[in-house]
Amino acid sequence: MILPLDVNGKPTQVEADSNTPLLWVLRDHLNLTGTKYGCGMALCGACTIHLDGAPTPSCTTPVSAAPGKRITTIEGIGASNIGQVVQAAWIALDVPQCGYCQSGQIMAAAALLAANKNPSDADIDAAMTGVVCRCGTYNAIRAAIKRAARALA
Amino acid sequence: MDTFGIVNLSRRDFLKAGAGLTLGLAAPRVFAQAGPGRAGGKAVAGGVFEANDFVRIGKDSRVTVIVKHLEMGQGTYTGLPTLVAEELDADWSQIRVEAAPADASRYNNLFWGPAQGTGGSTAMANSWEQLRTAGATARAMLVAAAAQRWGVQPNTITVSRGTVLHKDSGRKASFGQLAADAGKQLVPPDVKLKDPKNFVYIGKRVPRTDSRAKSTGTAMFTQDVKLPGLLTAVVAHPPRFGARVKSFDAAKAKAVKGVTDVVAIPQGVAVLAPDFWTAKTGRDALTVQWDETGAFKLGSPEIMAEYRKLAATLGLSARKDGDVNRALAGAAKTLEAAYEFPYLAHAAMEPMNCVVKLGAKSCEVWNGEQFQTVDQAAVAGVVGLKPEQVSLHMLYAGGSFGRRANPQSDYLLEAAAIAKAINGRAPVKLVWTREDDMRAGHYRPLNYHVLKGGLDAQGRIIAWHHRIVGQSILTGTAFEGAMVKNGIDVTSVEGASTLPYAIPNLGVELHSPKIGVPVQWWRSVGSSHTAFSTETFLDELAAAGGKDPYELRRTLLGKHLRHKGVLELAAQKAGWGKPLAQTQGAQRGRGIAVHESFNTFVAQVAEVTVRDGQLKVDRVVCAVDCGVAVNPAVIRAQMESGIVFGLTAALHGAITLKEGVVEQSNFHDYAPLRMNEMPRVEVHIVPSNAKPTGVGEPGTPVIAPAVANALFAATGKRVRTLPIRL
Repeated sequence: MILPLDVNGKPTQVEADSNTPLLWVLRDHLNLTGTKYGCGMALCGACTIHLDGAPTPSCTTPVSAAPGKRITTIEGIGASNIGQVVQAAWIALDVPQCGYCQSGQIMAAAALLAANKNPSDADIDAAMTGVVCRCGTYNAIRAAIKRAARALA
Repeated sequence: MDTFGIVNLSRRDFLKAGAGLTLGLAAPRVFAQAGPGRAGGKAVAGGVFEANDFVRIGKDSRVTVIVKHLEMGQGTYTGLPTLVAEELDADWSQIRVEAAPADASRYNNLFWGPAQGTGGSTAMANSWEQLRTAGATARAMLVAAAAQRWGVQPNTITVSRGTVLHKDSGRKASFGQLAADAGKQLVPPDVKLKDPKNFVYIGKRVPRTDSRAKSTGTAMFTQDVKLPGLLTAVVAHPPRFGARVKSFDAAKAKAVKGVTDVVAIPQGVAVLAPDFWTAKTGRDALTVQWDETGAFKLGSPEIMAEYRKLAATLGLSARKDGDVNRALAGAAKTLEAAYEFPYLAHAAMEPMNCVVKLGAKSCEVWNGEQFQTVDQAAVAGVVGLKPEQVSLHMLYAGGSFGRRANPQSDYLLEAAAIAKAINGRAPVKLVWTREDDMRAGHYRPLNYHVLKGGLDAQGRIIAWHHRIVGQSILTGTAFEGAMVKNGIDVTSVEGASTLPYAIPNLGVELHSPKIGVPVQWWRSVGSSHTAFSTETFLDELAAAGGKDPYELRRTLLGKHLRHKGVLELAAQKAGWGKPLAQTQGAQRGRGIAVHESFNTFVAQVAEVTVRDGQLKVDRVVCAVDCGVAVNPAVIRAQMESGIVFGLTAALHGAITLKEGVVEQSNFHDYAPLRMNEMPRVEVHIVPSNAKPTGVGEPGTPVIAPAVANALFAATGKRVRTLPIRL
């Protein structure tokens, strides 16, 4: 079926089975490959996007749940002030190692900072524990979130 | 800087550029012969200065460093260009990175002879002189070009941050302005490398070259490759190792709209479609009958039981000092401990995948490519071409931890077999699901160790006997000839046979049973288990002899100064010997461990809290000696990374088999360490002028014993089976 989507502020249409996970629509139909596949079961958070600003695992969200909502991906997050500041903090602190999970990390961090301008360590734990990094960049991520929070204050 | 455009080339420029030089630094004869008219003959466009196989300088002054090693997170795309930038005196902002093609004649790993590949924490160590020489050679030719142009002596010219300067006359030029002329200079047969005291970049934090791409979703991984007509393949794999396809019914898979092909390959049955989700839906709809005649059907408990029996028998000797049996018999006190280690999956965030485009006389592969020479030959064999007809595009790898250097080229061959099965009609992207990846084998081997120790009346260790039972990783691989000697696979006993402690009677033995579970190197290889058994058993002997575990190690390390250096630094920074703050209702403890792997020395002190039966690692103090610290920020990141990797395995990691079937499938039952479990980590680097050694792996083995020893300090309970279960 043909579905109307709002991706990174641009209206678009895709033809896909309504059960297709949004992840694969973004990656394979719309060529937005910054959002990554890691587990397919909402266990690792590599596929995190924003639906109307809320962090959402795109690997278990059917595309049929997206029409009428604003979809934001790593390719579009830099258009917002918070997204830009988070990405700048990531680059300044050289957070990524292999980098595969970092789109998901940045999307989760941007959503956290949008809701909470001054997150505590416990807030960071709660918001970021769903996003797995096998390279172990967690302390760098924590530092980058705090740096971004300071920049936004 | 002027902009460089190929379209604007004049014929004259092009001919000039044709004299651009190509030299093989690994082949001295070529080196000496190179020069104008005698170069490798590579036509180079537009005044680009191709100084050698590793350095190219454009008219726009961009310096492209060709990196021969995979960037999988460990920082090769930053650390290796740093070596070039240092000797070239380039400005870091000029540096760009390009992946080397598969060509072992130019890009071999100097520690692996004629083979190209990344592993064993060798990228920095084997490139240390090669890339500095490449940078210094290019610099000398830029200087020679400037000297010629200005009519001055080369030794009156300086280079700093990308500017070539003749101080007396005030003349200066950018690299780009000199590039075309530099290509006409003789390649100096010998260049002098910098005195370390003049290093500008080495030893300081240089920003990573890949942070921006990896923070904006633009970094290109294999998973992201798009080609015209590309088909994605998802494969039904057998449920047990060694099983084969008996028959299959493709009807239901073909009924999925969009599925283009269903093909049998040696590895299973592949379903192809223009997109992943259609291919996976088709794969899941397949019915396959498996021939399990040759399949492996034992479970982990049965394997361990067999290993226990083997451990009661004499193994092959990997080390023999003094007379262990006699010393044990005469000891005032003896201890014995048995250790069990499970299979472990690498579980990189990017599941294994590979893109293959097969033509009549060529085969192109896109991959997080870690094992070029082996993969080239293996793929060539499957598709019926010569190795040199197989070209490999090395992309970023979303982690590897050893997995992408598969000695059998397993997932590459699967992709090649699919491309062949559809006669190269379309390029094929093989994508493993997380479940496929988790169950594909090539694990860190399951291991069983037995240790016996003897103390004299003063509590001194006089005997140490270590028997290891575990599958050989290297047997049957390209490394067998060099690294399996008299039946001893070096990687099965490394860390145990190399125990640095002064113990007069010391024996290490090995059994290498052949088991039908594919095994592979996993970050830190043998040290992933030997560091644990040796460093926790030493702790047991310390306690039995009434000694402080840190002081005992110091005493026994004697002349092993680098071990001692990291041990002392970690202990000092962690406040070893000072009381640890206690919390009411909880037990807290501190533990220490030290281990060398890949010529890098690491000690760690872990602080843990046990509350309500839950173990939490609060803090890790890590000291590392890896020779010259080329990029301290990358080294710190790699130590932290190794700690997370080792801690994940220590707290959660186990792949278990039941009747030959892998029981785990995804991150719910093979749990990674998460943000809320992350300890505070401090990394301290020992200043050193020794040649740099690797940092990708050596942080991993030390954390599990440090935590287990801390747990003992907190609770009095010893851990002898991993993962830790309270």
